Amino acid sequence: MELCSFLTLDSLITDPLTHDFMRKALLMSSLVAAVCGFLSSYLTLKGWALMGDAVSHSVMPGVVVAYALGLPFSLGAFIFGVGSVALIGFIKQKSRVKEDTVIGLVFTGFFALGIVLVSKIKSNIDLHSILFGSPLGISLSDVKQTIFISLLVVILLSIFRKDLMLYCFDPRHAKTVGINVFFLHYLLLTCLSLAAVVGLQSVGIILVVAMLITPGATAYLLTDKFDNMTIISVLSAIISSLIGIYISFWFDLETGGSIVLAQTFIFLFAFLFAPRYGLFKLKKFFSSYK
Amino acid sequence: MESINYQNFRIDAENICVDYNGKVALYDANLRLKPGQICGLVGMNGAGKTTFFNALTGFVNISKGKIRINGESVRSAQKDQTIAYVPQSEGIDSQFPINVWDVVMMGRYGSMNIFRCPRESDVQAVKDAIERVDLTDHLSTPIGHLSGGQRKRTFLARAIAQRASILLLDEPFSGVDIRTEKLISELFIQFKNEGKTILLSTHDMIHVREFCDLVLLINKTVVAYGETSEVFTPENITTTFGGISPDFLFGPES
Repeated sequence: MELCSFLTLDSLITDPLTHDFMRKALLMSSLVAAVCGFLSSYLTLKGWALMGDAVSHSVMPGVVVAYALGLPFSLGAFIFGVGSVALIGFIKQKSRVKEDTVIGLVFTGFFALGIVLVSKIKSNIDLHSILFGSPLGISLSDVKQTIFISLLVVILLSIFRKDLMLYCFDPRHAKTVGINVFFLHYLLLTCLSLAAVVGLQSVGIILVVAMLITPGATAYLLTDKFDNMTIISVLSAIISSLIGIYISFWFDLETGGSIVLAQTFIFLFAFLFAPRYGLFKLKKFFSSYK
Repeated sequence: MESINYQNFRIDAENICVDYNGKVALYDANLRLKPGQICGLVGMNGAGKTTFFNALTGFVNISKGKIRINGESVRSAQKDQTIAYVPQSEGIDSQFPINVWDVVMMGRYGSMNIFRCPRESDVQAVKDAIERVDLTDHLSTPIGHLSGGQRKRTFLARAIAQRASILLLDEPFSGVDIRTEKLISELFIQFKNEGKTILLSTHDMIHVREFCDLVLLINKTVVAYGETSEVFTPENITTTFGGISPDFLFGPES
């Protein structure tokens, strides 16, 4: 009898909400997911998945140094995020090594530096929470910072929404009609670094790249309109976060991993059943029976 | 000595050089075009055709020389929407989630406010441009669902909507159907009559003879430049294509 009441859908959903840390985790992760999902459509179309991976890993030493110096960790992350991209550009230009090799080389170097620094700087830095995220143990100052950065990124992306779309689609035309392509390039990189910073709180540095590419890839399979792609991307990111956190609560699983797995499953679903671009091309299937 | 009035030239490129990290792509290239002239840009792959376009649009910086557009710098030409670039089919991600209307509207971005909100006049310009390339039935078709020719016309419409006085077209005839080819050639005559200046790169020698008043043969630098009837000779073409005879390139009848 008791087992039955425990298993009603209602209590499965509402019980976790009685915990303060769960409410906070659900809200914060949704916000972070929305920001990463928004950015995700641009990164997917620009072909910056590897760049997202690089930046998100490279912010590690920045986070550690900022913590050690008592600065906002977003500042350190931002400097190292943009710095890594500048370094990638510089090495690529000045050597014969191919771009993907340079990207891999630079970000692993930065990441390793971060790990070494954590082991040297004895402080209250929890390596595990940086690597794997800790949405359930998010502190009040982190909440404030996350909200501030998220709003900043959303405002920037909203203002330059159309310019960024043009930059991803046809940078040459953008340049020809006098639009500042250099600015847009660094704007997108800045947003990427900032999104990586907020994203690492919910899923950790290792998996944050999934937050930045999977929702966009899912949306890309489902629509031919850019605005719809952004909306689908944001929604699928938020839904994955909620599902992931609940699942991790019910089954006592790692939260970050659960969120990313939820995203991956949504992607696989779209990959198989997307009406036009899915493996089974359901649209054709149904229209042939009309 | 007579002084040259640079205002008379739409495009005036003087001894321009472009190099990518020390690798020379184009050197000592000159080009002067007046309003209403159509010039063909002919050369092998890698001869610097796209680089020439990139220099004129300001997409790459020139390391030497001078470019004047309507007597002004490239930067102010960008600000004034003077130059429109119609990309090669391969230069575009055809799977990008965007429809015909939105692509053509991008031609108006340069003259809109920072949020790129279309005004009445922008909407009208886009409508007119789409009508001129005969795509009114495809306003909301994603570019991925268009044929190669329709996609080419979409980008041509973008250039028309931009109301540029100089059009740069990278391989406008490659991979298009006969209907599109006919429509493009009719548009060229209209553009010429409107006083627009056109520079187009092409592999098809028949098109050069058909439309181009002038021809610029390049192979990293200018091989020959002038009136098509004078410059477009088998000898010059052979030099441009590194010693391969034109018979081999376009068949014995040309």
